[in-house]
Amino acid sequence: MNVEKKEKTSDPLEENSSQSRYMNDDEDVKPFSPWKDAFKQLRRNRFAVAGFIIIVFFILLGIFAPLLTPYPYDNVNLADRLVAPSSEYWLGTDDAGRDILTRIAYGARISLMVGFFAVTGALVFGTLLGVIAGYYGRWIDMLISRIFDILLAFPSILLAIAIVAIIGPSLENALIAIAIINIPIFGRLVRSRVISLREEEYIMAARAQGMKNGRILIHHILPNSVAPIIVQSTLSFGTAILEAAALGFLGLGAEPPDPEWGAMLAEARGFIQLAPWTLIAPGVSIMLVVLGFNLIGDGLRDALDPKMKN
Amino acid sequence: MQTPILEVNGLKKYFDIRGGVFGRKVGEVKAVDDVSFTVMEGEILGIVGESGCGKSTTGKSILRLIEPTEGKVKFQDKDITELSDEEMRQLRRNMQIIFQDPYASLNPRHTVEKIISEPLLIHGLTDKNERKKRVTELLEIVGLSGYHASRYPHQFSGGQRQRVGIARALANNPKLLICDEPVSALDVSVQSQILNLMEELRDEFNLTYVFIAHDLSVVKHISDRIGVMYLGRMVELTEKNKLYDNPKHPYTKALLSAIPLPDPDIEKERMILEGDVPSPANPPSGCAFHTRCPLAMEVCKEVRPQFNEIEDNHFVACHLYE
Repeated sequence: MNVEKKEKTSDPLEENSSQSRYMNDDEDVKPFSPWKDAFKQLRRNRFAVAGFIIIVFFILLGIFAPLLTPYPYDNVNLADRLVAPSSEYWLGTDDAGRDILTRIAYGARISLMVGFFAVTGALVFGTLLGVIAGYYGRWIDMLISRIFDILLAFPSILLAIAIVAIIGPSLENALIAIAIINIPIFGRLVRSRVISLREEEYIMAARAQGMKNGRILIHHILPNSVAPIIVQSTLSFGTAILEAAALGFLGLGAEPPDPEWGAMLAEARGFIQLAPWTLIAPGVSIMLVVLGFNLIGDGLRDALDPKMKN
Repeated sequence: MQTPILEVNGLKKYFDIRGGVFGRKVGEVKAVDDVSFTVMEGEILGIVGESGCGKSTTGKSILRLIEPTEGKVKFQDKDITELSDEEMRQLRRNMQIIFQDPYASLNPRHTVEKIISEPLLIHGLTDKNERKKRVTELLEIVGLSGYHASRYPHQFSGGQRQRVGIARALANNPKLLICDEPVSALDVSVQSQILNLMEELRDEFNLTYVFIAHDLSVVKHISDRIGVMYLGRMVELTEKNKLYDNPKHPYTKALLSAIPLPDPDIEKERMILEGDVPSPANPPSGCAFHTRCPLAMEVCKEVRPQFNEIEDNHFVACHLYE
């Protein structure tokens, strides 16, 4: 009965190195989880690491905002209006004499929170709808998919504006709007994943053993759908922040004096020639955060796709 | 060997072909078209046939993994086609399946322990330590070791994975195993190990197998009786030796004459079939084999032959023997 295993170990030259790692049959072979493998690969990806550093930087900036500068973010000081970057105000001040660095730091809190909650909301509802549509199929798939199609037929920012216009402009409502417009993105992703998984033989094996649908969904289908969901979440994090900034810029998101980056851009718009630093700081911040998330997202996709490595 | 454990009667599975703008039904593929056979307790019934002849669909329909279109499947004198989902779920512990592809039939995110203990859990073995003990026991039964339990499927070779699949199928002490080409994805050397293992397990646990394969030598090695399928129909069914020594149906003859012999000097009478297998979406009238049969008569084009017992325990569906 053990002949086969002995063959495998006795002739390592026949196999390439990665295979022999899996197949040799010493007792100390470590269980090698697919997740660990992906994490290792991610760490080797320099762009992903750079993205990670950028995001960690902004998270720390948000957390330690009160300790960072001596100024409150809404402290109007008309004597120091539009001061250029200096040792006193590292990133200068805006038209109300508020320290821009302070506002950027507090703004990081807002942007990351918006990103987090909007993506979480979209992920939870999108995954739920996508799983139902994909697994049960038939008319319920038809219904859910058509709703997704309708949502996706609008340009996303236009839809967000419409939603905010209906429920009223505020940061929370902007967040809800962003979550809603991202639902179909997750929903369609999960649906297509579930449809392909449903045909997998190990799903049929699970049914053959007598598992109920709920257990198959939670223990077999969802864990195998997690990888693309993680990738999409990271990428959506960036777009959600961008959309929040766009809504803020249009005056439909955070209300003054909240230091939301998009709103800061809108306020500074009139001073583009007189005091360009008022625009550069929030603009670059938005760009960096979105870039950071996209870099991580791309890295994750490379690490978790294509399929699973055997 | 005497009591029937599984009786399949007039099993049919038609898949709808949908087309056009509104997805109307425009035809159907007759994957399994009126198949009947009986499996005795403790025996191994082989089912052979070319790709696409409905062997796997038959196997999966028996377990209702694919819902049959028509026909009765009696397992231990209980008609399982009429059971509710919950009753069927309970019964599944007694009838299990081993899949063809050991790479696709194990969830890549689960450890071997989880894979094997899941059927135990869902059929009521809730104690974690008991489950763990049983998993180790099962792994040893199939020729692996307890320490394999914490590994993931991708850390095993094809043969080892198939052993895991067998352990999973055995978890709840089933009576009947449907083996859906369990060795055709494996290397020849590993095939024989798995086949030997399956034979040992049959003796040890008094199992009954329905063994589906396209490899005639594999089926000959393991089966007691063999059924030959062609285009969704069973054309011949008899004991192994009768089938190999004295095949009746022209298709079986052609199939057997295609087995290569190890000695190149032996002159062998080959019976070579012309043409391709007809599409099961549009099977020929009468006997499905008449388009390729060298002995076809007028009646073959019009009347579908009955599946009759022409000798003791030798069933054939052919007009030559009526």
